[in-house]
Amino acid sequence: MDHRPQAWGRPRDDVYGAYDASYLHNNGPKTATQSPIVTGTSVIAIKFKDGVVMAADNLASYGSLARFTDVKRLRPFLSTSVVGFGGDVSDMQFLDRHLKELATDEAYEHEASSTTTDEGGSGAGEGQLNAANLYKYLSKLMYRRRNDFDPLWNQILVAGLDAHAKPFLASVDLRGTTFTSPSLATGFGAMLAQPIMRRYAATEEDAARLTREEAVNVIKECMKVLFYRDARSLDRYSIAVVTKDGVELSEDEQLEKQSWAFAERIRGYGTQVV
Amino acid sequence: MAAMFSQNPLMNGPNYSYNDAPRVNAPEGAREHRFDPYTDNGGSTLAIAGADFSIMAGDTRLTSGYSINSRHHPKLFKIGGTTADQKDATIVLSVVGFAADGEALKERLDAICKMYRYRHGKPMSVKACAQRLSTILYQKRFFPYYAYAILGGLDEEGKGAVYSYDPVGSYEREQCRAGGAAASLIMPFLDNQVNFKNQYIPNSGEGHALQERERRPLTRNEVEILVKDAFDGAVERHIEVGDGLQMMVITANGIEEVLLPLKRD
Repeated sequence: MDHRPQAWGRPRDDVYGAYDASYLHNNGPKTATQSPIVTGTSVIAIKFKDGVVMAADNLASYGSLARFTDVKRLRPFLSTSVVGFGGDVSDMQFLDRHLKELATDEAYEHEASSTTTDEGGSGAGEGQLNAANLYKYLSKLMYRRRNDFDPLWNQILVAGLDAHAKPFLASVDLRGTTFTSPSLATGFGAMLAQPIMRRYAATEEDAARLTREEAVNVIKECMKVLFYRDARSLDRYSIAVVTKDGVELSEDEQLEKQSWAFAERIRGYGTQVV
Repeated sequence: MAAMFSQNPLMNGPNYSYNDAPRVNAPEGAREHRFDPYTDNGGSTLAIAGADFSIMAGDTRLTSGYSINSRHHPKLFKIGGTTADQKDATIVLSVVGFAADGEALKERLDAICKMYRYRHGKPMSVKACAQRLSTILYQKRFFPYYAYAILGGLDEEGKGAVYSYDPVGSYEREQCRAGGAAASLIMPFLDNQVNFKNQYIPNSGEGHALQERERRPLTRNEVEILVKDAFDGAVERHIEVGDGLQMMVITANGIEEVLLPLKRD
């Protein structure tokens, strides 16, 4: 018997050779998120006269399995902005924790000045982060992570008001690509919902004429179309309206007035008639 | 990264900047899990230098695959003004290719030009800025900014100056250059219309005796019409180009910006 308890039960070096521990050392390529696992589908949003409406359903899929049916993919930030996440849900939760921490730091930072009135009217307090600031932060974060080959597998929509109190809506994806538009949609929404939204808000001027009610109706109509045609979607969804008065977030909406009559007429894929 | 070299003459003419064809040499059942940090966001840019002005232009469409992400995403940026609004800027940068890299490149160059201004108390010359931009690009030689940059301004003598780049920093000063998705459609048109290539004086002789049409610098008005025609042509034949035409005219009096509509189909 070996007198060293450390050696008990282990392959003997004089028989098997020294243990090759090289595989324990992590000197190969980084194996962080290289593909999404649990995913959320479309997020859609449209600007209107004095704010932005955003919606996303409450489903998190594991491939084709509807795995989690009560996942909130719209997150408010500092009651000035809403962030909508498509793509990997764990990366979304990481970002959400990160943003919560940022919001807490911001709240402490501006504790003293919180009593001052909001002169800019952007919904954000004096010196507080508005949606445009938050968006810049997120896009730098996403681009940095892609440069490190360790991307956060999301496409993100940020909605709120900018420094001039104008409606703000922009998108950033896992590669750090950024863009804005009067209406935006991620994933399947880019094919199915975006054309519908563009009928109502093709330009910034069109969007500036939309009322809140009209914008909400367009979004609800789009969510219905997405539920009809996107197999990874759900009829329970969250909808958020951001204005200068803050964020109104409803996280348990049910799709209304569905009509599946059109399904009767569908036969095969396009050319099939019988 | 194959898309980076899609100007390859072997691919014979304009190509879509994304790969539609199935992968041929992947083994049966193999799936690629590696993250591809690049995409191509389409769009096209154009720059022409005149005797005492430069004109930069770019369309405002941003695509990914067959989708239009945004109809108004400018590709032209004023560089090196004193403040963020770039009111007193004298240099314009255009970037096309991968939008996120283009944005990062623009911010790097702008920050550097601003630092130069604060340190030396004068704006950077286009020549100096052009060399610096090349250095910035080459510094990322092994993880390049996938962006085709064109820099425009006025040189020390007040003549129009256009510098064009490849993604890793090779550059040269030119009279005109087209970049991006429809570069292969616009560049031959420019060769003919700006540098008068293949234009001969009628009845001046046969074969080698043929006399070339004499080259002369174009007027500002001629160039503006040329730019609009070039983009109207590109919009017709390339799906990634369209929506809006952003044009910046750099003269001794500053930079004028023009926004014109293009077909949105």
